[in-house]
Amino acid sequence: MTEWIRPPSLDEALAARREHPDFMLLAGGTDLMVGAIARPAPVGVIDLFGLPELSGVSRDPAGGLRLGAGTTFAALLTDDAVRTELPALWAAAREVGALQIQARATLGGNIGTSSPVGDSLPVLLALDAEVEVASSRGTRRLAYDEFCTGYRTHALGGDELIVAVHFPADIGRRVQAWRKVGTRRAQSISKVMFAASVERGADGTVTLARLAFGAVREQPIRALAGEQCLAGETPDAALAEAVAAAVLTDIAPIDDVRSTADYRRTVAGRLARRFVLSLA
Amino acid sequence: MKLRLTLNGTARQLDVHPMRRLLDVLRADLALTGSKEGCGEGECGACTVLIDGEPVNSCLVPVAQAADHEVVTVEHLADEALMSDVQAALVEFGGTQCGICTPGIAVCATVALEREPDASRERLRELLAGNLCRCTGYQLIIDALADAQAARAAAARGHGAERGTGHPGATAS
Repeated sequence: MTEWIRPPSLDEALAARREHPDFMLLAGGTDLMVGAIARPAPVGVIDLFGLPELSGVSRDPAGGLRLGAGTTFAALLTDDAVRTELPALWAAAREVGALQIQARATLGGNIGTSSPVGDSLPVLLALDAEVEVASSRGTRRLAYDEFCTGYRTHALGGDELIVAVHFPADIGRRVQAWRKVGTRRAQSISKVMFAASVERGADGTVTLARLAFGAVREQPIRALAGEQCLAGETPDAALAEAVAAAVLTDIAPIDDVRSTADYRRTVAGRLARRFVLSLA
Repeated sequence: MKLRLTLNGTARQLDVHPMRRLLDVLRADLALTGSKEGCGEGECGACTVLIDGEPVNSCLVPVAQAADHEVVTVEHLADEALMSDVQAALVEFGGTQCGICTPGIAVCATVALEREPDASRERLRELLAGNLCRCTGYQLIIDALADAQAARAAAARGHGAERGTGHPGATAS
């Protein structure tokens, strides 16, 4: 029989984690329960869904938004600060599955799985989000691209839990974008995902550029060559072409059941081009 | 493990493996076979039930996560023998096709119409996007929900209009 621990507090969750590093960490179950009946039941489960200290949106001392790892996408969608300051994340949340998935799936669960097609992950990269992890030894914060180390792997220690995601204080000033391309708007797993944010100078030049993709490499990535091409420039049609070409050097898509490498390259370039054109 | 939950308004105690899917416990142990298994992967919504008022795919919920919560299944939408307005509209408009998706649609639509009584047809489609009909009969489903919605709005205005006009595509004024 699977041992089931539902800790009533974060302290007790961390104690359970330290004591049982082999237990499955479970939030909303929308990833982990897919196909679960065909696999042997886990030895134990630490059930984090609904743990109050992991849920909700608050403001951290630096003035940035802090989203609890256990916050569901449904909860993110009804939060005014998320909608106005993190419109790219809000848009991504709206396209996670549909109502039934949004009611259970959590931001921390998406990060814990760190699938290359995790819907929120390119947004975390584009918005310079930091993942806060905790253990009974203390807490630490890592940028998402430090946290995710490869295909569905990450830097979470055996005694640690993902507790929150932090965004920079001035993030609401950036122009933000999100686009998911799949066979259907709801419920489908993406073929390509794109998230971006920029800051503009008074003269219209791009002073900061973040371009991120999902489903085009083994993990969600920032398109650094594309960013370099965009930063310091004034968006126009020629720049859009240049950025579209540059992002192709950042990505390494594959053929799989959902799409082809060729299609993903074409779409990734177009998403980047359209974003730059939207700034022109 | 032993757990307690409120199921369709009644307190229940269960002794079950915690990893069993809520869907299987409902259907096999509790004889509530209204919730259907379509895909078993959280894609189709045929197994939709409410947990604390939120629509969820019961195929993705280990029964242990229902402990101490309130679960409502499609069986509880009707008041004794009387169908809810959403169910009656689905019947009247033929928004049912083969019937596998219908219980999930009825559950999710009940939540959708309560939360967003003024939802446009387009928004209704988005709210119901987690419920797949493989007969591809969405038109009649949305017609039915729009009719139920219009009848509620009319009733709220005190017009007391009869729900349903009998004409697919028509909306009560």
